[in-house]
Amino acid sequence: MLTKRIIPCLDIKDGRTVKGVNFVQLRDAGDPVELAKIYSDEGADELVFLDITATVDKRKTLAELVTKVAMAINIPFTVGGGISTVEDVKVLLNAGADKISINSAAVKNPGVIDEMAREFGSQCIVVAIDTRDVDGTDYVHTHGGRKPTLLKTQAWAQEVADRGAGEILLTSMDHDGTKAGFANELTAEISAALSIPVIASGGAGTMPHFKDVFTFGKADAALAASIFHFKEIPIPELKSYLIGEGISIRK
Amino acid sequence: MKIAVIKYNAGNVQSVLYALERLGAEAELTDDPEKILNADKVIFPGQGEASTAMTYLKARKLDQLIREINQPFLGVCLGLQLLCEHSEENNTECLGIFPVKVKKFIPENSQEFKVPHIGWNELENLADNVLLKDLPDPKFLYYVHSYYAELSESTIATTHYIHDFTAILHRDNYWAIQAHPEKSSTVGEKLLSNFLSI
Repeated sequence: MLTKRIIPCLDIKDGRTVKGVNFVQLRDAGDPVELAKIYSDEGADELVFLDITATVDKRKTLAELVTKVAMAINIPFTVGGGISTVEDVKVLLNAGADKISINSAAVKNPGVIDEMAREFGSQCIVVAIDTRDVDGTDYVHTHGGRKPTLLKTQAWAQEVADRGAGEILLTSMDHDGTKAGFANELTAEISAALSIPVIASGGAGTMPHFKDVFTFGKADAALAASIFHFKEIPIPELKSYLIGEGISIRK
Repeated sequence: MKIAVIKYNAGNVQSVLYALERLGAEAELTDDPEKILNADKVIFPGQGEASTAMTYLKARKLDQLIREINQPFLGVCLGLQLLCEHSEENNTECLGIFPVKVKKFIPENSQEFKVPHIGWNELENLADNVLLKDLPDPKFLYYVHSYYAELSESTIATTHYIHDFTAILHRDNYWAIQAHPEKSSTVGEKLLSNFLSI
């Protein structure tokens, strides 16, 4: 049986792991390669590396870091942050990334999703969607959640799937950093409407939050950062809990 | 021991090389027929689209070369599908090492079963085979694919998604794995090291 995935996210700045509360304040949480190895050994199903300063500073994610990670770990990982062209993707996949994720670039030029999917296959193209509730309607935001767009989240999710995205990484900016639980309703709505997997992100604070996002939220995978980095929830414990709750999980 | 990893227009090759490196094996990415025929083991990795890959292989006569190999040979992911007879992906005639058809996953319920099949799933119905020796439990492997090989006489392990499909194939000197052993933690590592010890 296909299992639900637990994905620690490592936010990267200047080659170090950081996690912002609501993406603004940053705290240093260590060496990404070392942390990746620990997570892989602890049973993380996948990892996401996000160069959070990339879009803002127009910097490219360091391919050298990707190579170091690929050499060190034997689970899949996704790299995102500031990726905008087919050439960017090629560099990162050749460096050893399994998937890449695009966000702002897809909003700016949706055709790039088709282009990347055609060139490399849908399986390695993740489209990250940062969403925020604006007067009762969910709208896509870019630039680390700071910049609102006119795109409605559900419609955009459908469009990126139609254009060839292999997975959607859905981050609720309203929940991110709150530790009050994932955006289960919105996640369920999008997951049910699409035929591609949805990774839920933003709001994980307790182990039952993960159970909720897999059941009520219909998520295929759940992503979190600080609760893993600061060992508030150890991955082996989380997995045992979820198995006990009847969720299909890889031991 | 020399390992040749066949170079063609497929993605995700670097990860296979790193995984072999972690096992202490010396691997070379090459499309040189001489080197491939003289290697102790040959690995045929891949991720991508079947018809484009077949066109590329034929243009370089690698299709013929793959059929002539006598050493232990391992296809991975798209590599497994290309070793089959035919793929529904753009109606592609494949290499025909295994008399097996490759079909697209059609979920009865698209809410429950997403396509591609992405994530960790379990190996089941394992045959007694050198490749499957002493795999650690539980036997989860990492999958990313929209097409699958049908069950056949060459199937030596299955995985269940929507229905049972071929997880691993074996015939003569050819083995093939649908999942990504290079990305499948300790179980994947054991599959690769078992292959290296054949």
